[in-house]
Amino acid sequence: MCLGIPGRIVEIQPDGRAMGTVDFDGVRRSVCLAYTPEARPGDYVVVHVGFAISTVDPDEAARTLAVIRAIPDALAAELGTA
Amino acid sequence: MRYLDEYRDPELARRLLDELHRTATRPWTIMEVCGGQTHTIVRQGIDEVLPAGVRMIHGPGCPVCVTPLAAVDKALAIAARPEVIFTSYGDMLRVPGSHGDLLGLRARGADVRVVYTPLDAVRLAEQNPGRQVVFFAVGFETTAPANAMAVLRAAEAGLTNFSVLVSHVLVPPAITAIMDSPDNQVQAFLAAGHVCAVMGWTEYEPIAVRYGVPIVVTGFEPLDLVEGILMAVRQLEQGRAEVANQYVRAVRRNGNQAAREVMARVFRVTRRTWRGIGTIDHSGLALTERFTAFDADLRFATAELSVAENPQCIAGEILRGTRLPTDCPVYGTACTPRTPLGAPMVSSEGTCAAFHNAGRTRMSTVEE
Ligand code: SF4
Repeated sequence: MCLGIPGRIVEIQPDGRAMGTVDFDGVRRSVCLAYTPEARPGDYVVVHVGFAISTVDPDEAARTLAVIRAIPDALAAELGTA
Repeated sequence: MRYLDEYRDPELARRLLDELHRTATRPWTIMEVCGGQTHTIVRQGIDEVLPAGVRMIHGPGCPVCVTPLAAVDKALAIAARPEVIFTSYGDMLRVPGSHGDLLGLRARGADVRVVYTPLDAVRLAEQNPGRQVVFFAVGFETTAPANAMAVLRAAEAGLTNFSVLVSHVLVPPAITAIMDSPDNQVQAFLAAGHVCAVMGWTEYEPIAVRYGVPIVVTGFEPLDLVEGILMAVRQLEQGRAEVANQYVRAVRRNGNQAAREVMARVFRVTRRTWRGIGTIDHSGLALTERFTAFDADLRFATAELSVAENPQCIAGEILRGTRLPTDCPVYGTACTPRTPLGAPMVSSEGTCAAFHNAGRTRMSTVEE
């Protein structure tokens, strides 16, 4: 039950009940968005047991990957492919 | 899929591991608290490619595993009542109680239903006014906002046939208990990213200071975990003990304010018994005074039942990280995910199930 996964908000229902549809790589589910009131369609949210508990920050996601990519690649250097 | 595939890139994982091998000069023992992280570490074999001496201990962060036997027995007693529709997250159904599990009870005719979200349980109560719908509200800080919202919605709808059997647990007091235990070996923690997505990490700051232990808020994908381990090892090598955040894309310092507000309205902090570990002060959540009308424990007045663990199960030592599943005499033989004798063999977040699913045998994990 404790596994949260990111999904993309497809739509937010207009009835003010904070429910929306989230796409998890093709599988769509109804998700409560009451805890991520700032989220908009197209945003990624981390969903636990039918509730979005956090928005995924695209800038920070890119930054984390950039930091990892910047690690010198010792193996490639040794093989002369760097 | 976006935000998953990139963090599973084996080439980048190898670079992180290289960096980790360059960084670690001494043996270090690190605990990942969360069962979801244990699952990834064991399935990907991350613990087997770490620098010599860097050792992962698998922590107690499996909600299925630590829900006390007494709570499981209460669930069984309530679910057996003819007027009750008992609802639960799926992975609680096979958790062994003193006498059987919820799945067995259902096979004998009890109305036990799996729900994906607690809001489904509220809906069932609305649709079945003549029945009592009970939801088994378990888990860490990750499921608490959802379970709190279910109670709030039921209250707003004026439902009198909905209640929750609450057995929530909290992570920081468990970390403190581990550091206080005389046989503790943990030198750094990977804190569970999604728990911190809800609660933030300010609770961990005094713990890091008091025990001189680095705590790295970490995500769940392979790259997250290796980077989290690297960040912990860097601190250990440099003699620092701070709270750091690896999982920046999803966790903010103060967590999720909206979720914390609803949790604070519905739940209060209480003493809680952890299965296999014992009772820890301030380590759980119970309903606040205002919402006691939704307390299944009070509504059905379940008496204290006498509880009995399977005597062969060493789950307590496994949850404290002092022994491995492969040390258990019945691991993989009498106890398998199909026939679990103890809670850690039930859900994929349990260390025994994670080991079993990854095909680990006693032979392959013999040390020295
Ligand atoms: S293998 Fe089964 S019996 Fe042994 S500790 Fe794990 S859950 Fe308990």
